Amino acid sequence: MEKFSTHTGIGTPLRVSNVDTDQIIPAVYLKRVTRTGFEDGLFASWRSDPSFVLNTEPYNRGSVLVAGSDFGTGSSREHAVWALLDYGFRVVISSRFGEIFKGNSSKAGLLAATVEHSDVELLWKKIESRPGMELTVDLQAKTITAEDLVVRFDVDDYTRWRLLEGLDDIGLTLRHETDIDAYEETRPSHKPTTLV
Amino acid sequence: MGRTLAEKVWDQHVVRHGEGQEPDLLYIDLHLVHEVTSPQAFDGLRLAGRPVRRPDLTIATEDHNVPTVDILLPIADETSATQVATLRRNVEEFGVRLFSIGDLNQGIVHMIGPELGLTQPGTTVVCGDSHTSTHGAFGALAFGIGTSEVEHVLATQTLPLRPFKTMAIEIDGELRPGVTAKDVILAVIAQIGTGGGAGYVLEYRGEAVRTMSMEARMTMCNMSIEAGARAGMVAPDETTFAYLKGRPHAPEGAEWDAAEQVWRELRTDDDAEFDTVVHIDAAALTPYVTWGTNPGQGLPLGESVPDPAEMDDDDAAATRKALKYMALEPGTRLRDVAVDVVFLGSCTNARIEDLRAAAGVIRGKHVADSVRMLVVPGSMKVKAQAEEEGLDEVFTEAGAEWRSAGCSMCLGMNPDQLEPGQRCASTSNRNFEGRQGKGGRTHLVSPLVAAATAVRGTLSSPEDLTPSVLTLA
Repeated sequence: MEKFSTHTGIGTPLRVSNVDTDQIIPAVYLKRVTRTGFEDGLFASWRSDPSFVLNTEPYNRGSVLVAGSDFGTGSSREHAVWALLDYGFRVVISSRFGEIFKGNSSKAGLLAATVEHSDVELLWKKIESRPGMELTVDLQAKTITAEDLVVRFDVDDYTRWRLLEGLDDIGLTLRHETDIDAYEETRPSHKPTTLV
Repeated sequence: MGRTLAEKVWDQHVVRHGEGQEPDLLYIDLHLVHEVTSPQAFDGLRLAGRPVRRPDLTIATEDHNVPTVDILLPIADETSATQVATLRRNVEEFGVRLFSIGDLNQGIVHMIGPELGLTQPGTTVVCGDSHTSTHGAFGALAFGIGTSEVEHVLATQTLPLRPFKTMAIEIDGELRPGVTAKDVILAVIAQIGTGGGAGYVLEYRGEAVRTMSMEARMTMCNMSIEAGARAGMVAPDETTFAYLKGRPHAPEGAEWDAAEQVWRELRTDDDAEFDTVVHIDAAALTPYVTWGTNPGQGLPLGESVPDPAEMDDDDAAATRKALKYMALEPGTRLRDVAVDVVFLGSCTNARIEDLRAAAGVIRGKHVADSVRMLVVPGSMKVKAQAEEEGLDEVFTEAGAEWRSAGCSMCLGMNPDQLEPGQRCASTSNRNFEGRQGKGGRTHLVSPLVAAATAVRGTLSSPEDLTPSVLTLA
């Protein structure tokens, strides 16, 4: 995974709450067997509306998405994170995220930054006051800067550390393989197995 | 202080406690795999030269992409066919057991774990699918994961996990006849909201839960994720043990006795404290239906479409958006809403009891001329059982379509989809925009409401039929 320390890019306001992962990428776009190429599916049904924010300049060139509450609820599809990344987003800001989405983001290198909803409102107003404004997201300091507006965000320490270091989870876990071996020795024999 | 059920299962699976920034590493007892969220995970293993650590704790099925008619023909959609072929190649290469289309054990991934007796009390169960919460009905800690985590579990049989909070959902009193587990969970989600369970594991408790069958408990746990909770659980009891005994992968003889002894300890201690407690009055519940575009936007069937003018700003905006998509006018009686399609299926409500309940309502009646009804058993086992009981004939004589197992119209990625603008009463779990097909409109309902709606053509409960049908155990 690529290291993430700070990111600067155009802010895109998505004034919608409860954006479920079926909206982020409808199921019909989940059929690829590769890890990339999901940008076409991003918000696919909304993108047929010419007034949708991603169909308007300069927001279509955004890399920091500022969304309403409960972003990424529903399905576990990591494709939702891949679609955002493939489109060019590096950061999503919301007051609350679907939990599986948040976990998936941390694995795939998308920063899901949690802020107070009142700060989402401030960011929306700020961005819309000068479309194309660049936001700077500093993971070390846990701040989002939009001109004179500075907002603090929340991200759990483990995710922050892994993103800052660009660490891969599986590699980290395999450092503890002897612990896994030891645990397996203690598993009760009545636990199920799948093979016949 | 005592421990809750969820905490006990967690404690028993800690491989190592995290140091510093690291969370605890938890062992995974059972990993269920399907074709949609696994290809990139197997690719990752291949790239890193890693094997599947425990193929004997892993099992795969084909469900999301599969057609539910003409199942022995090649899959017509090329990309769906590729995804299924990729799964077959991957399980072959990595030594994972697979139930393919046509196999008597094939079905929706959350159907087959319990059917095979693989889902057991006190286990940790994961799958690249958010409805993995279903398995919590057995007192398992079961939750959906993303593809990176699928790869992690394949490679290590563990997951690093942050601790969760616990929420008790106390369902006090007795349910009235005609009110089902589906109505209970829709009422719970309407009460706590689609984000209300975020960060929590839910434990369903109380008199109404104790008298529920395993299948009803699965329906309830299945939709925990729609309240934002990754997992929902029910403490195992005699009902659980009776369901499990004799299933192909359940323990036998002395192993069973040892297991049962352990399972009986799996309940929240009397002196344990939940972080949050929610009470639901079972006796006050009536059949629930959703009117909007998330599962929290639900009301009793007897009510009317809500009016955004009577709400605060945030709710009003969300409601207006939902009503516009759903093409509903505030004040319309929900019973007057006419549907085009009825879907009886999905990992929420396609078990044998669901089909029996719906068949009980529809027997000797006919699906309204304006309605198409699809009946899709969740697994081939359920299909076979239903056919043995003659339920297939009840449905086909009523004019419904009797199909083979799969996710079907729960999500628009196989041939079973709504057309734009079509309205559907669905026993599935998500009424998101476009979930059942682009432009499709979904009302979530119980199997009883689905069957009555199919007959009348508008959202209905069995009480609305003449003569009134109020059935069942």
